[in-house]
Amino acid sequence: MANQQPNSGNPRVDIEYRRKKSAEEMKHQVITFALMIFLTIVAFVAAGYEGFSGWFIVPFILILAIVQVIFQLYYFMHMSHKGHEAPALFLYSGALVGFITIIAFLTVIWW
Amino acid sequence: MSTLAQKKGFGAVLWDYLTTVDHKKIAILYLIAGGFFFLLGGLEAMFIRIQLAVPNNDFVSAGLYNEILTMHGTTMIFLAAMPLIFAFMNAVMPLQIGARDVAFPFLNSLGFWLFFFGGVFLNLSWFLGGAPDAGWTSYASLSIASEGHGIDFYALGLQISGAGTLIGGINFLVTIINMRAPGMTYMRMPMFTWATFVTSALILFAFPALTVGLFLLIFDRMFGSNFFDPAMGGNTIIWEHFFWIFGHPEVYILVLPAFGIFSEIFAIFSRKRLFGYSSMVFATVLIGFLGFMVWAHHMFTTGMGPIANAIFAVATMAIAVPTGIKIFNWLFTMWGGSITFTTPMLWAVAFIPSFVAGGVTGVMLASAAQDYQYHDSYFVVAHFHYVIVGGVVFALFAGAHLYWPKMFGTMLNEFLGKITFVLFFIGFHLTFFIQHFLGLWGMPRRIFTFLPGQGLETANMVSTVGAFFMAAAVIIMLINIVITSVKNEKVGNDPWGDGRTLEWAIPSPPPFYNFKQLPLVRGLDAYWLEKMEGKKGMSPAEPLGDIHMPNNSFIPFVISLGLFVAAFGAMYRAEHSWGIPVLIFGMLITLGSMFVRSVKDDHGYHIHKEDLEDNNDKGVKA
Repeated sequence: MANQQPNSGNPRVDIEYRRKKSAEEMKHQVITFALMIFLTIVAFVAAGYEGFSGWFIVPFILILAIVQVIFQLYYFMHMSHKGHEAPALFLYSGALVGFITIIAFLTVIWW
Repeated sequence: MSTLAQKKGFGAVLWDYLTTVDHKKIAILYLIAGGFFFLLGGLEAMFIRIQLAVPNNDFVSAGLYNEILTMHGTTMIFLAAMPLIFAFMNAVMPLQIGARDVAFPFLNSLGFWLFFFGGVFLNLSWFLGGAPDAGWTSYASLSIASEGHGIDFYALGLQISGAGTLIGGINFLVTIINMRAPGMTYMRMPMFTWATFVTSALILFAFPALTVGLFLLIFDRMFGSNFFDPAMGGNTIIWEHFFWIFGHPEVYILVLPAFGIFSEIFAIFSRKRLFGYSSMVFATVLIGFLGFMVWAHHMFTTGMGPIANAIFAVATMAIAVPTGIKIFNWLFTMWGGSITFTTPMLWAVAFIPSFVAGGVTGVMLASAAQDYQYHDSYFVVAHFHYVIVGGVVFALFAGAHLYWPKMFGTMLNEFLGKITFVLFFIGFHLTFFIQHFLGLWGMPRRIFTFLPGQGLETANMVSTVGAFFMAAAVIIMLINIVITSVKNEKVGNDPWGDGRTLEWAIPSPPPFYNFKQLPLVRGLDAYWLEKMEGKKGMSPAEPLGDIHMPNNSFIPFVISLGLFVAAFGAMYRAEHSWGIPVLIFGMLITLGSMFVRSVKDDHGYHIHKEDLEDNNDKGVKA
C-alpha cells in the first residue's frame, strides 16, 4: 500500500540542505553522547559514594534516568524531527497513564 | 466483470473467509461471531431473569446461577459488544477516511482470530467442568478461592481475546493517522472515525492493565505465585485496581463508538450538518482523557479513605460535562432539521432519554457518600444496563440497520425494523427501570434467589416480563435478517438518500479495493458537499493506476489456534502429564507460524489499470 499514498515524501530532495542538516545532527549526537556518558558516571558515583543517604540517591538517579530517556528519544530516535507529533502524543499519554497507575498504587494501596 | 470476481462454491467461500485480510470481510466475521456471542449472552440473561421471576425459584442452582451470571457479563462485554463495535469500525472507518484497507490487513485478520479463539476457549468451560463463577470482575479473593477450572478459562480466554483487541486498536490508530485520503484533515474526519480513533487510543492504554492483571491471576492460580494472597504477603486489592484501570476506560471504549454511530445518524436523518462538530471532537477526546482518572469510583467501599474517594468522585462527576455537550449537540442537530424517522433514527432518538437516565444515576453513584447506600444493590445493575443497553446496544441495533446496505448491499426491512425497535424499547425500560427501585428496596445484586414477603415479587416479575419483550425483539430482528438475505434486493451507492460521508459515495457493498481512485476531500461531510454542488460523486485525487493489494493468508488462523492449544496445556499442567507437552506444542505452532510469516516474503499483488478500466459499472466514481 505504501506506494499508493500520494501524500508520501517528495522525491525531489535538496542534497546540499540534507548534508548540512546531517552535519548539524551529527554534532548534536556527539554532544548528547558525551553528556549521556557523563550522566552515567555521575549516577554511578552518586550510588557509590557513602556520604549520601538513600533518600537522596534514589530520586537523584531517577531524575538522571529521565533525562537520559529524553536524550535518547529526541537525539538518537529523532523525535525532534518533524512528523513525530502523533508518536509523541501517544508516548506521553502512555507515560501519563503509567505514572497515574504507579502513583495510585503507591498512595492508595501501599501507604 | 473483471477476471478477479468469480462465482465460488461453499468450500471456496469458507476458505476465503478463513484467510481473508479484507477489512470488509473481517467486519462480517466480527458481525457473525459477535452476533453469535450476543445471542449466547442474551440466553444467559434470560436464564437469570427466569430464575429471579418468582421467589425461592429453583430453575437453576446457586452455583450454576453464579456461572450464568459471570458468563453473561463477560460474554456481553468482551465477546459481544466489543466485536460488534469492531465490526462497524472495520466495515465503515476505512471507507469514511477514503482508504483502500486498514494499515495492517494481516494484523486485522490476526486480531479477529485471536478474539474468536479466546471467546471459544472461554465458552468451552461450559462443557469442561464448569464456567467461571466469580462475576465478570473476578475479584481476586473470590477468584483465587474458586474451585475447578472456571477462572482459568476466564483468565486464559480473556488474555487471548484481549491480545486480539489490542492488535485491532493499534491497527485502527495507524490507519487513521496515516491513511486518510488527500484533503481529509483531522478536523474533516466524520464523527464515527473520530470515535474510532479515541476508542483505539483507549484500547491501547487500557488493555495493558488487564493483560498484567490477568497474567498475575494466571500465575497465582496455575503457577503457584501469591500476588493476591494476603496470607502470603500479597494484596487482593491490586487486582481490583488493575481490573478497573482497564475496566472503566472499557465502558468508554464501548460507548464512544456508539456516540459516533448516533452522530452519523442524527446528521443523516436530520439532513443537517452535525451541530457543533468541533465541540463534539473536543468532548470525545475529553471523555477519553477523563476516563482514565475515575476508575476507583468502582471501589469507594474498599476503604481507600476520604481523600481518594473525594478526588475520584469529583473526577467522575466532571465526565458529565463533555457528555452533556454531546447530548445538547445532538438535540441541536435535530432542531430545525428535516427529520425522517427511519429505524436507525428511532433508535437514535430513543437513545437520548435512555442514556441520560443512565448518566443521571451515574452521577448519583459518583457521589461517594451516597454510593455506600447503592453499592452492590440492584440500583447499580439498573444504572449500568441503562448506559450499556441504552447506549451501546441501541447503537449496535441502529448501526446494523444503517450500515447493513453498505456491508451486504441490501436493506433490512424497515417495517420489521420498527417492530424490533418498539418491542426492544418497551422491554428494555420494563426490565431495567424497576430495578432502580429493587435496589433501593434492598435487593442485593448477584443474588440467586429471594424470599417471598419482602416486597420484591411484583417488581422482579415485571422485570422478567420485560426481558421476554427484548428476546422477542431480537428474534424479529433475526427473522428480518433472514428475509432480507433471501430476497437480496440490491441497492445503490446511497440507499438512505442523504448519505454525507465518503462510504456512501461508493457501491454497496464496495468493490474489494474500495476506491478505484482515491477521492479528493474538500470539507467535512465530503460526499454531501459534492452532492450539494450538483456532482454525482467525488472528484478523484489521483489518475487511474495499478492498485497494490495484500495476499490472503491462513497464518493468522494458525497463530491463534496455537495459543488456543497452548492455553489447554497451561490449564491442565498441574493435574495431567500431557499438560506441559501440549503447552509447548501450542507455543511451537504459534511461534513456528510467526517464523514462517517473518521469513517468507509476501509482496501482495497488483490490480492492473486495464482491469479497472473495463468494469465501469462496478467501479467507483471516486
